[in-house]
Amino acid sequence: MSVEAPIGLDRASDRGSQAAAANISIVPLRGLPIVAIALILLIASIAGNWLWALDFFHVVAGGLWTGIDLFVGLVIGPILGRLSIPARMEFSARFMPKMVLIMPTLVTLTLGSGFQLARHLGNLSPAYTYHGWLVASFVVVGVMAVIALGVLEPANIAVLFELKSPHPRGDVIGRLMKRFVYTAAITGLMQIATLVIMSRLAS
Amino acid sequence: MAELASEIQPDEALPPVAAIAVASLSLIVVGGIYLAAHIPGPVSLAPAVALLVVACLLMALDAALLSRLHSFAWVRFRQVGKWALLAYGISAGMLEYVFLYDHVPSPELVLLTLMLLVYAVDIPLILAFSVARYRRAER
Repeated sequence: MSVEAPIGLDRASDRGSQAAAANISIVPLRGLPIVAIALILLIASIAGNWLWALDFFHVVAGGLWTGIDLFVGLVIGPILGRLSIPARMEFSARFMPKMVLIMPTLVTLTLGSGFQLARHLGNLSPAYTYHGWLVASFVVVGVMAVIALGVLEPANIAVLFELKSPHPRGDVIGRLMKRFVYTAAITGLMQIATLVIMSRLAS
Repeated sequence: MAELASEIQPDEALPPVAAIAVASLSLIVVGGIYLAAHIPGPVSLAPAVALLVVACLLMALDAALLSRLHSFAWVRFRQVGKWALLAYGISAGMLEYVFLYDHVPSPELVLLTLMLLVYAVDIPLILAFSVARYRRAER
């Protein structure tokens, strides 16, 4: 089936993917308490100057952010591109709502804790030996933020609304998913630059 | 088929609202990086002010372009926009809390606060427009 073709509704698998899509929640409400707890713990770590907790949040959330970006862009993406439209819809209906909560939370935890760590360790000072490396990491994160907030996240949300519509269009979903996967791959590759910079700063 | 086709807004019929908002957001990010690279040391505010002013002008241009749209999925736009505004308002609030907590000097703080305001409006605008552009237009 061509990506441009409308979704056929006469097959059982198509009806199954339609049902899965219709039942999705754009923001999975059950995940919100977990997000709230994570953010409250981050605020407590900042307010309490808990260096170990800031370190924990920065390493764990940063590692997950990098790993998920690379995995989605370089592993899930190519697989998704070869699936049929109904299969793609069914996968997207279950996958995308989770990404709506997971990725912004990981990004907030990583950047919030990272900035506070840098402040405590004196890395923000222009006198810091590796200040140039730190500014380079700001630039990489800045580019990733613009791509994620300006392209990736809107594509994610638009796919979810399309999936929930009475007549989801395969061509629109295919186009938006392609945009989502490509931008995830770009940010994933940029994460490698972040890994190099962070390794340099930590050594 | 005709019903399906009518649900999509033709891309060429819509102004580049999302692209302009992304440009505005990019300027804010550059300004933020510039300030973060210098704080807590002395920093010339002129480049950051210039970036903020251009970002605000782009936002105003977006508002003007949106106000001219008559055939558009405004219900969906408002639905997505208000929730995104809440979410990114919280996000901007957290960042403001960090700036206050870190005792960022007043001139830089004012500038960063204004940048956060643009950030908190730009992203909901991008999200709301990106969703609404694919929905059925309302007249």
